[in-house]
Amino acid sequence: MAINRRRFLTTSLTASASLVAAPAILTRGAFGADDPILVGSLHDQSGPIGTSGVPMVKSLELGISEINAAGGLLGRPLKLVHYDTQSNIQMYSQYAQQLALKDKVAVVHGGITSASREAIRPTFDRFRVLYFYNTLYEGGVCDRNTFCTGTTPAQTVEKLVPYAMSKSGKKAYIIAADYNYGQITAKWMQKYVKDNGGETLSVDFFPLDVTNFGPTISKIQAAKPDLILSALVGGNHTAFYRQWTAAGMKGQIPIASTTFGLVNEPSTLDAAESDAILGAYGYFEELTTPASTSYVEKLKMQSPDIPYISELAAATYEGFYLWAEGVKKAGSLDRMAVIEALETGISFDGPSGKVTIDHATHHVVRNAFLASVKDRKWSVLESYPDAKPLDTAGVCDLIKNPADNQQYVIDI
Amino acid sequence: MEIAIILALDVLNGASALFLLCLGLAIIFGMMRIINLAHGEFVMLGAYATVVSANAGLNIWVAMLVVAPLFTGLVGLVVERCLIRFLYGRLVDSMLATWGLSLTLIGVVTTIFGNTINGVPTPLGGFSIGAYRSSWYTIFLFAMACVMCALVYVVLRRTRFGLIARAVMQNPGMAAALGVNPARIYMATFTLGAAVTGLAGGLLAPVSGITPVMGGAFVAKCFITVVGGGAAILSGTLSAAGLFGFVNQLGAYFTTPVYGEVILFLSAIILIRLLPQGISGRFFKGTL
Repeated sequence: MAINRRRFLTTSLTASASLVAAPAILTRGAFGADDPILVGSLHDQSGPIGTSGVPMVKSLELGISEINAAGGLLGRPLKLVHYDTQSNIQMYSQYAQQLALKDKVAVVHGGITSASREAIRPTFDRFRVLYFYNTLYEGGVCDRNTFCTGTTPAQTVEKLVPYAMSKSGKKAYIIAADYNYGQITAKWMQKYVKDNGGETLSVDFFPLDVTNFGPTISKIQAAKPDLILSALVGGNHTAFYRQWTAAGMKGQIPIASTTFGLVNEPSTLDAAESDAILGAYGYFEELTTPASTSYVEKLKMQSPDIPYISELAAATYEGFYLWAEGVKKAGSLDRMAVIEALETGISFDGPSGKVTIDHATHHVVRNAFLASVKDRKWSVLESYPDAKPLDTAGVCDLIKNPADNQQYVIDI
Repeated sequence: MEIAIILALDVLNGASALFLLCLGLAIIFGMMRIINLAHGEFVMLGAYATVVSANAGLNIWVAMLVVAPLFTGLVGLVVERCLIRFLYGRLVDSMLATWGLSLTLIGVVTTIFGNTINGVPTPLGGFSIGAYRSSWYTIFLFAMACVMCALVYVVLRRTRFGLIARAVMQNPGMAAALGVNPARIYMATFTLGAAVTGLAGGLLAPVSGITPVMGGAFVAKCFITVVGGGAAILSGTLSAAGLFGFVNQLGAYFTTPVYGEVILFLSAIILIRLLPQGISGRFFKGTL
């Protein structure tokens, strides 16, 4: 057979076209009803934030194994597709694209810092992949494709500040980490101090690699506050509590924090350094409700050397189950159908109690707890049932503006 | 008045800590011209050695002052034998190799201890000056800086080893012709530098949060201090640490910690622009 130019062109074109299309056709053909539903996970398992990420992924694994043991979702088993983002924002962007385009997952749970969330949220919006952010954060995200299941300042800081002020006094000194979480949380702290008739003496921000807090401790002493509000983050910032105690300031001025004890600070610091520090979160490992103890037990059985199980882990577990309830209710994996099912106000009884999705904000109504450190453990002092994400509700209404898509920042 | 004393203590604290952190680097980089990008990880190793041995029940002072430098010195010895000795005189290669070393050390420590925050409580208590409080540990750090300064001076100036070491660094060929084995001196000097760095890590362990990546916070500051100090190991590092510690602490006090860092790096740039040979290139020429 003589090959002329035209025949060569047509054959090579068909060949390359079928090569390009092959993966799509093959996967389509290989798809059966029993193929697993893929659940995406982007959490740091190494690097500075790795300790926070480990219990979150363990919680996802626990949830998936529980649902699989009960027969799966829509008759199909679940499978976790997890990438370790290594505390690196660039990895977040790369893996987010991979989850959306290559793995084609049904939902993504992930992001720990606010910076990582803002790096991947636009990707999931663009490629239409449902996204759950299960971390406490500074509030204000308003996006129909995103569900935020962690606590926001109105649920925790709003309880923490007046409680701490009632125990100490009206003059507060705020120290916070220098990125969007710290900056915005500091604004909320200022607002709640003012709302409760107090006064903020100064707000100091610290880059994450600052290790020497000597000048700040002197400055705090010169300002003579009644109370210190801390939103310091990470390993280097732990040095503050240590240097504060070394200077003999422990017990002189009380400290309340929105971040302390989220990882393992109470167990690594000495009792003398951490006793009486106040914190408020949506969950503490020390909660003694049956749901909480059985959750902690199951996690520890699954991975005995798991780090402290904080709100990060509990909210991830609850976020995962909320999504599963949404899928059950929608009866399909279609993104819009699941979003609409979730918007009907689906709730789940998790380790922290009942969590319910709020339609207008895509945040959750959940219990909040206030605790103080005692002998290297949290001891829960107060609980606030059904705390609402009022901060975000004040600016975000997805019922009225479903196309809204931004993070609102409070103005002071 | 009281606040002035407290501020002076802060400056003293900042300068002492910086000096201790930089001394090992000054020995390794200043004398041997090896750009050791794993310097921060040597600090981290010293800190971990302290934490692990103190948590195992060892006296905290022994852990800080003996275990940390011994262990880090040992690691330094191994590193010199297996890696650095092939790279003398090759500045860029040594930089790349030690960068790889730093990543490896972080990886190894993370694998063994996990990336959780570790620590030991600070020994000694606080004292008050009027309405203000400060810690005895600040004074202790200053005392240690003085002791280390004197020790390094005596070793390099008054001992036979110091004389030979300085001779080898200046002209290895001539020293070898006179019957000295330069390879052995290089090995000893690198080990000494690593041990001094490990000691700094041990001394900082009680006042910082200890994680495998903590070294990153120190390495840049140490390099600008050593470069700003210039050729003289002791007087250069001492004057640069004093200057940068002063600028950083006061800057952080009067503005914010963010600007404190900025002011430190800005003043380093200006210093290098005005004195390209570092402080000791002009003021303490020919001293140690």
